[in-house]
Amino acid sequence: MTRKVYSRPQSVVDMPFHYCPGCHHGLIHGLMGEALDELDLTEKTIGVGPVGCGVFVYDYLDTDMIQASHGRAPAVATGVKRALPDRFVFTYQGDGDLAAIGTSEIIHAAARGENITVIFVNNAIFGMTGGQTAPTTLVGQTTTTAPIGRLEEVEGAPIQVCEMLNTLQKPALISRVSVHNPANIMRAKKMIKKAFQCQLEGRGFSFVEVLSSCPTNWRMNPLQALQWIEETMSAYYPIKDFRMPEGGQ
Amino acid sequence: MSEKVLMKGNEAIAEAAILAGCRCFFGYPITPQNELIEYMARHLPEAGGTFLQCESEIGAINMVFGASSAGVRAMTSSSSPGISLKQEGISYIAGAELPAVIVNIVRCGPGLGGILPSQSDYFQSTRGGGHGDYRMFVLAPNSVQELADLTLLAFEKADEYRTPVMILGDGILGQMMEPVVLPEKATITVDKPWATTGRGKRGKNNLVSSLFLNPEELEQHNFKLQRKYDLMKEKETRWESYLTEDAEVIVVAYGSAARLSMAAVNMAREQGIKAGLIRPITLFPFPDQPIRAQAEKGTAFLAVELSTGQMVEDVRLAVEGRSPVHFYGRCGGVVPDPKEILEKIVAIRALQEARSESTEGGAA
Amino acid sequence: MEHRIILAGFGGQGVMLTGQLMTYAGMMEGKEVAWIPSYGPEMRGGTANCSITIADKPIASPIVYEPTVAIVLNQPSLEKFAPKVVPGGLLMINSSLVNGQSDRTDIRQIGLKANDLANEIGDSKVANMVILGSLIGLTGIISMESILESLRKVLPPHRHKLIPMNQQALEKGMEQVLSLS
Repeated sequence: MTRKVYSRPQSVVDMPFHYCPGCHHGLIHGLMGEALDELDLTEKTIGVGPVGCGVFVYDYLDTDMIQASHGRAPAVATGVKRALPDRFVFTYQGDGDLAAIGTSEIIHAAARGENITVIFVNNAIFGMTGGQTAPTTLVGQTTTTAPIGRLEEVEGAPIQVCEMLNTLQKPALISRVSVHNPANIMRAKKMIKKAFQCQLEGRGFSFVEVLSSCPTNWRMNPLQALQWIEETMSAYYPIKDFRMPEGGQ
Repeated sequence: MSEKVLMKGNEAIAEAAILAGCRCFFGYPITPQNELIEYMARHLPEAGGTFLQCESEIGAINMVFGASSAGVRAMTSSSSPGISLKQEGISYIAGAELPAVIVNIVRCGPGLGGILPSQSDYFQSTRGGGHGDYRMFVLAPNSVQELADLTLLAFEKADEYRTPVMILGDGILGQMMEPVVLPEKATITVDKPWATTGRGKRGKNNLVSSLFLNPEELEQHNFKLQRKYDLMKEKETRWESYLTEDAEVIVVAYGSAARLSMAAVNMAREQGIKAGLIRPITLFPFPDQPIRAQAEKGTAFLAVELSTGQMVEDVRLAVEGRSPVHFYGRCGGVVPDPKEILEKIVAIRALQEARSESTEGGAA
Repeated sequence: MEHRIILAGFGGQGVMLTGQLMTYAGMMEGKEVAWIPSYGPEMRGGTANCSITIADKPIASPIVYEPTVAIVLNQPSLEKFAPKVVPGGLLMINSSLVNGQSDRTDIRQIGLKANDLANEIGDSKVANMVILGSLIGLTGIISMESILESLRKVLPPHRHKLIPMNQQALEKGMEQVLSLS
């Protein structure tokens, strides 16, 4: 790694991740931990975890955590935030969780402008269940349930979540980042922190989509996986800011 | 004590919930419980709480999950098809041991069914409803006063046992108006050290979760839940006995069916038939004991329900074959005339008399 | 004594509110009371009805099957509820809107041109109050005082200016039946 890491973020628990080699979940946890540290948020944070590979995020982040049912994290987070408006509330969700079974919850949390932060990890596949097609799986991409590759005429086209949420009036921050190389990692870190600040300033719904790799289910080695994000995935999911808070930092 | 006021059942639940300290309400419109969410929309913000009309029933129950995790008293209400949608969330609430109050103003099914009164969600309410080995504390009020009183109790017991509590009504109870003396504003004494409120200076993180991948741990968790249900059976079973002392036929009915059955029992008494009524107030835990005690005397039972027969199974389990158990039910929104119930009581009594005569004859 | 009353008419005639007013008055007199609307498909069939029970003992079933009093404000309600009145019961008909009477001879029937009488006061909207006044005059199920007191409680303060007209209508209805007897 070329990232300068002098110490483990305080907000990340000192234990080995269960994630596969080359998976980006651990790295994203680290970026979130750094942002929590820098904004001094650990004591006032309630995180809401998904069902999927990120289910154990509660073991790794050193904050109060809630394990939500599949796709419902934005609703659970809404409940927490409405009960305790002065706390910091985030959800951490994968693309199966957020973009398949949880579409209703994410769209309406965004439409309400719910003052929460959503970190959306998009690796274009269902990871934990063994590599099945996700709504984000690219056309032609092979999965265990699309053995000859995703067929657009059968399964339709992948959902571009940032673009979809960007049609709504209320979200304050929508951005797609990636963690496949150092420059993008730096940008991702900055954006996660910005999204957190957005909530702290009471600006409303903030959403960061993180393109991340799943070498195991993509049937690639970690390096090929990084290359696939760079060349293929980011072509369909452009890495860019969709909306930034007015007057924000 | 506050003044008697005339209120609709649905509104009495809502007002009692506010008095009970409910501070978050998440709902979705469905007939016949709309007065409840509308009342909450008008009055919960005045009391410093949050009312939110949600995108779906699933959204609503998960917001309850979140608010309850955060340590506040939270509630949702719906009617049968909506409650079916909430089952996943209810299972998670039971698994994560969160307090929550869920109101079901039952309408007839299956499917979209109809909007008229029914008691066809007894199985769904008392047998878990969602996946996994859990039970729900289920309260079945039969008057507007009881709707208010039991709503208060629901919040207390939900906190005490850290469990979902359901208030089961129907369109009759929800829509009717009766005088009610509203309960006193509750003082909440329960401590919630487990709540995810942000770690603060607590020193350790709190986690609300229903996930246990280790089988031994999950078995222990299930045993813990069962002990809680056993404790409820021991301490929380509630029922009302009406004219049962000398009764030869006992009607078992809850909620609105108990009101109709009470009218039938009164008519039977006027005819000189010794009829009585046992009215379960908690459906889980079910009042086995008073039913069994009467069964030991050989009393015949008549279960009356606005369904094709669901609670009657619990009556049979309580009776364990000691005495006859009959059933009378109307469904689909048809509400029986108490006279129909009376006819059943008369027929059962006639059967009893015929039997005792033939036994006497046989002894010769 | 248990008075089981059905009040039936078109939606928009104030059937529900009038029923609630009677129930409220009963409650203020310390009686056992219950009010229940018909709801469901009937709501869209153009008729609205509610049941009111006023009793001196706890009320078992709030649903009224065999009314001791039926008040009918339109033709379909006459046809539906006249056969259900208990023998010896009372059937009150708003003859401004309903033609004829029931052919039953075992019940008491009172026809009142309630809308015409209400118009004499100045507003046909108080026709229900005319009928209610007649019911009070005929039966004394509830008293005039408690109805007036309920009006003050049920109506929001900014509508209290309507109370005098309602009182006039109640009194008119009462006079009408007292002159009958």
